[in-house]
Amino acid sequence: MSVDAATVRRIAHLARIAVEDAEIEHLKSEINAILAFVEELSQVNIDGVEPMTSVMPMKLPMREDKVTDGGNPARVLANAPQTEDGFFVVPKVVE
Amino acid sequence: MTELTSLTLTEARDGLRAKKFSAVELADAHLRAMENARSLNAYVLETPQKARVMAAESDKRFAKGDARPLEGLAIGIKDMFATEGVRTTACSKILGNFTPTYESTVTSQLWRDGAVLLGKTNNDEFAMGSSNETSAYGPVTSPWRRKGSNAPLVPGGSSGGSAAAVAAQLCLGATGTDTGGSIRQPAAFAGIVGIKPTYGRCSRWGIVAFASSLDQAGPFARTVKDAAILLRSMAGHDPKDSTCSDKEVPDYEKAIGKSVKGMKIGIPKEYRVDGMPVEIEKRWEQGVAWLRKAGAEIVEISLPHTKYALPAYYIVAPAEASSNLARYDGVRYGLRIPGRDMIELYEKTRAAGFGKEVRRRILIGTYVLSAGYYDAYYLRAQKVRTLIKSDFEDAFRNGVNAVLTPATPSSAFAIGEKSGADPVEMYLNDVFTVTVNMAGLPGISVPAGLDASGLPLGLQLIGRPFDEETLFSLGSIIEQEAGHFEPNKWWAA
Repeated sequence: MSVDAATVRRIAHLARIAVEDAEIEHLKSEINAILAFVEELSQVNIDGVEPMTSVMPMKLPMREDKVTDGGNPARVLANAPQTEDGFFVVPKVVE
Repeated sequence: MTELTSLTLTEARDGLRAKKFSAVELADAHLRAMENARSLNAYVLETPQKARVMAAESDKRFAKGDARPLEGLAIGIKDMFATEGVRTTACSKILGNFTPTYESTVTSQLWRDGAVLLGKTNNDEFAMGSSNETSAYGPVTSPWRRKGSNAPLVPGGSSGGSAAAVAAQLCLGATGTDTGGSIRQPAAFAGIVGIKPTYGRCSRWGIVAFASSLDQAGPFARTVKDAAILLRSMAGHDPKDSTCSDKEVPDYEKAIGKSVKGMKIGIPKEYRVDGMPVEIEKRWEQGVAWLRKAGAEIVEISLPHTKYALPAYYIVAPAEASSNLARYDGVRYGLRIPGRDMIELYEKTRAAGFGKEVRRRILIGTYVLSAGYYDAYYLRAQKVRTLIKSDFEDAFRNGVNAVLTPATPSSAFAIGEKSGADPVEMYLNDVFTVTVNMAGLPGISVPAGLDASGLPLGLQLIGRPFDEETLFSLGSIIEQEAGHFEPNKWWAA
């Protein structure tokens, strides 16, 4: 499988990364080089094989359902590029 | 007196306990060495004030007879670990001047045990790379040079800064993270010891996430024993990481010097790859001979899915990365480039903040997870991963205690040599290490000698899940036989 220029634009948009028109060809060839490299996997017989979901077999631990953290808006906002009155500031999203 | 920076971590520990020097003196000696080695670019942030405060506290503890296991030992921390009040960027522009308000579990355990922070070490951006050339702070220059050449070499990656700092004696030990070989490959290039423990041995909490099912933290040090001492403090249960094991952490130091008589060592025939340099093969055979001499039994084994590990990795790791890195949105922390609306803000911020390699991996990951391609790529790769793991399980079931392989397919290469048009060329560096992450197993890289150009080569030992002790026992045999390797200090003014 390989990608065309339209697909590169589509996945860049899905990934929310702006890509200049001039970069599309270059990105396309890089992505296709990687896709050609992983193509080898189609040779493997995977019939009846379970996909790996847990690297080391272990039971997912459960904890008591109670609040263990939070209540510190100043710390949450400490690294925000733009804040106002204890909130993150974003461009207008509702008309 | 010998220079304090040339001591091993174990020797420094003993010297501090015997009050031959103070923790402040030890920290100052390292801070001076760091200043003189800035041309290597191993550290992206030096923290001299913090180091002296921590060291002074250690000296108080020594005076009171109240010393902790790592009291006063000066170390470097890879910039992937969140350190409270100390800038943490994963060497990416997108994190800007991010200063965590919390401490990663692994580093908090090192401080709990008395270690002293010297600074944050350089790495490939978001740990994506095998040469430390993708860092937003620029490449690290290896302390090693080829005989008769001044050409700057890479220290390996992604933990290149930590490896260079340990090899150049700019710290007694350092932390790393390993997703596909990022501890073991730079350790091999730098002529030092690096161990990636079993998945779940160290908590991932507070470590900048790359590929969550592959990422593990581990130590770098100049001796196997030093690495064992550091790992004991780094490992252990953490309720904040649901994949972190609650198995007790053994005293790894006790595994050093333990007999390996009767142990079964597997030699996987699939690791004899085409075009493997003769010197790598020679080192491997040498390693076999050393372990045999120590009483181990050598058996040839087959890990038939080895050649699929790297392609499967280049689906699983970018897929998980694309998901993990979705958090960099220009809103909550780090870089922000304004836009007319939310989408434009995201797109511009992420275009400006991510470097080329990171962008490439996010795009690949987004593609393999997108509708219509998920089964063909991601699901298939996760099934192949099950097969890779069962190859190892078969070998272990047949009594194999550990597997011996080369750590890397070559010695260190020059800066710029492999950053050309084809990204796959760089990816091939991880061919021997990546299987271990795919299977979640522990792996250690131990220096095994120098090649004809005078550069270090490493051997890798792969162990059973949570059997790091066997790796330390076997690793110390290789270390005794091969000896230690130090670069010439050409950078010192």
